[in-house]
Amino acid sequence: MLNRRHFLGAGAGTLLASSLPRPALSSGAADKTLRFVPQANLANFDPIWGTQMVVRNAAVLVWDLLYGVDATLKPQRQMVEAEEVSADGLTWTFRLRPGLKFHDGEPVLSRDVVASLERWSARDPMGQMIRAVQVELSAVDDRTFRWVLRRPFPKLLLALGKTTSPCAFIMPERIARTDPFKQINEYVGSGPMTFARTEWIPGARAVFERFAHYQPRPEPASWLAGGKRVLVERVEWQVMPDPATAAAALQAGEIDWWENPIPDLVPLLKGNPAVKVGIADPLGNIGSFRMNHLQPPFDNVKVRRAVLAALNQQDYMRAIVGDDDDLWKPLPGFFTPDTPLYTEAGGGILKGHDLDAARKLLSEAGYKGEPVVCLLAQDQPITKAFGEVTVDLLQKIGLKVDVVATDWGTVGTRRTSKAPPASGGWSMFHTWHGGADCVNPAAYPSIRANGDKAWFGWPNLPGVETSITDWFDAATPEDERKAMAALNTAAMDGVVYAPTGFFLSYQAWRASVSGIRRGPIPVVWGVSKS
Amino acid sequence: MLGFILRRLLATIPVMLVVGFFVFGLLSLAPGDPAAIVAGDQASPEDVQRIRASLGLDQPFLVRFGTWGGRILQGDLGTSLFTNLPVTTMIAQRIQPTLSLMLVTLAIAVSLAVPLGVVAAWRAGRLVDRCVMGFAVLGFSVPVFVVGYVLAYVFAIKLAWLPAQGYAPIEAGVRPWLASLILPATTLGCAYVALIARVTRATMLEVLQQDYVRTARAKGLGQGTVLFLHALKNAAIPIVTVIGIGIALLIGGAVVTETVFAIPGLGRLTVDAILRRDYPVIQGIVLLFSFTYVLVNLVIDLSYTLLDPRIRY
Repeated sequence: MLNRRHFLGAGAGTLLASSLPRPALSSGAADKTLRFVPQANLANFDPIWGTQMVVRNAAVLVWDLLYGVDATLKPQRQMVEAEEVSADGLTWTFRLRPGLKFHDGEPVLSRDVVASLERWSARDPMGQMIRAVQVELSAVDDRTFRWVLRRPFPKLLLALGKTTSPCAFIMPERIARTDPFKQINEYVGSGPMTFARTEWIPGARAVFERFAHYQPRPEPASWLAGGKRVLVERVEWQVMPDPATAAAALQAGEIDWWENPIPDLVPLLKGNPAVKVGIADPLGNIGSFRMNHLQPPFDNVKVRRAVLAALNQQDYMRAIVGDDDDLWKPLPGFFTPDTPLYTEAGGGILKGHDLDAARKLLSEAGYKGEPVVCLLAQDQPITKAFGEVTVDLLQKIGLKVDVVATDWGTVGTRRTSKAPPASGGWSMFHTWHGGADCVNPAAYPSIRANGDKAWFGWPNLPGVETSITDWFDAATPEDERKAMAALNTAAMDGVVYAPTGFFLSYQAWRASVSGIRRGPIPVVWGVSKS
Repeated sequence: MLGFILRRLLATIPVMLVVGFFVFGLLSLAPGDPAAIVAGDQASPEDVQRIRASLGLDQPFLVRFGTWGGRILQGDLGTSLFTNLPVTTMIAQRIQPTLSLMLVTLAIAVSLAVPLGVVAAWRAGRLVDRCVMGFAVLGFSVPVFVVGYVLAYVFAIKLAWLPAQGYAPIEAGVRPWLASLILPATTLGCAYVALIARVTRATMLEVLQQDYVRTARAKGLGQGTVLFLHALKNAAIPIVTVIGIGIALLIGGAVVTETVFAIPGLGRLTVDAILRRDYPVIQGIVLLFSFTYVLVNLVIDLSYTLLDPRIRY
């Protein structure tokens, strides 16, 4: 039976619960700890073995690069003090900056660099191109290494400094000697932050601590180039798969920076004076409608062109960003808008949105009613939204559609199949490409059209390949631009894939955080908390 | 009794074997390739194949099952394909939040639901009963994530009393630990409270019609004594059974609750592992959950002997 004492006891319990402290760091520690919600879970931490963007983003904190691309998309010296190239362009000699140290206190030596570049070049498409013309990569002395080639490779510095995964991170030789197809299990870095391995809980948390012996360059920081001065002592990545949870945590001040708020929640965040919202990466993303060039009906270029003729990028973009016109642009091409080599040459077909023209092309193609097997990943908001627009579009122009609603993991496997769609193959799937990868053909595998060696869909378009070779060989910016115009035209003619538009995304942070920059990677140098 | 416990424990071995075989088989049949996920978009088919081989995924089904089974017998659940960490380490990293969440949920649910069910049965057909049953319908009907969002909005964002997300380990202190669990446990407990309250009410209604209850009242015993000492004890077996069955409900609910409140527990580990096709992790967790469930049922069976001395094993 309840009595007065029991009642008072229960009341006190309730009061205690209502005044329970929120888990928090002490104010001093909190000022020096940046709590960041990344785009995805850091499931592994070998940036050569696992090439996911989130791994690359964590790796840039821990490992440094020989060169770093800056905001003008040019590679700048980072760990390298100076380089020299022979007159014939065949021998590159590099000298490392003095005083570079790994996180275990050992100096960074040329042999570490050589081993790191060997592992990287085994996995990276540009690295493989260099290996194909490599005569020798060797350490000359502790701070000097040399790369001798059979034929000139003018984009060598870009390859070493590019932001596309895998990046040419420098690791100690003993770690870099690991088979590139096996995962490293020691994380000794060369960059501005150390990785707190004991605090790593994959799927939940990853912690990075400032490396006191890191020597930043004297220049101002610009993307992956310049002085990487870390102003906080500790960066905590907190993985939050649910956007609503991240939004609540940011508003409640439990996190400081959220890499990718979804557009639906942005108005809510903008209405909170304690939160700031801005564009994350000005290079954005390019949506892709990828077709299988080996199987009917998309083995016929006229059917592929019918899709281009009918496709209205506005429909795709509105499906993912809603009414926010600041977040998207039409893209009559394959390359990132507002970058030096951007071109719309040959992109007229994407401006018409002409369903009748598309139906006529289908008729000319002799379409026999083969079902278009659409692999639509439902667990990715972008591909799910794209898929809904595509099904409607294809049906409108008279294609028979067979929707395979599945998850991204299944799409990732099934798209490797070259079998007919009815036997476990596919006709099309949606994805998107980071704009940073699409500024030129250097690290843009999905633009390649070299048949069996090309990206999924395996387009075989010699004109595209010739233009890519011309770009790699281009000695002047003018030659590069010419090659790019020819490439865009050839890729559009043969429909390597159908671009569904260019879109941006937001990032959000507490007003107490300053120094956050726009860029393809959310870097923490220069970021501080008040 | 000891013989019964031993027999039941031995019976878990074939159960675990069957569970293990089915999980392994289902995962092998499921589409998706972890090697393709690891290799990323830029990898060539040859690269994917080399990664597949390095992960041992190119081996035939029976060879892989045999290797895995052999390791299990030695207490080794294998290594995650993605993190390169032992599955036991990953489970150990995640078990405390999930156990804490389930224990606090269980405490909240039982301490609320049983009295509510008893009172509802005592006042059957009256306003209190209707309120309790109305709450039970709501508890069953409203999805866990909706309850979670509403609670987080009110108590974390608007009132700022409790954290909106995250888990404070018990090593950080009991108060922060409890503070980080109140909202998730309440969220997870809603359906559980509803379930237990309904069963308690139904069982108590039956018991309250018994002659010995009338006799107890005739003797002049207080209402509380009659309800909680005499009637509830005799109604306890179905209630305890449903509490045990509800453990499965809690495990399922923990997946959603841990996602909504960003709690790094086994539920989230399961979802992440499934999405990535991290087979050793999925298999390890499913085995753990199955074993837990078998064990909980054993404990419940044993509790019957305490609740009803007529039951003997």
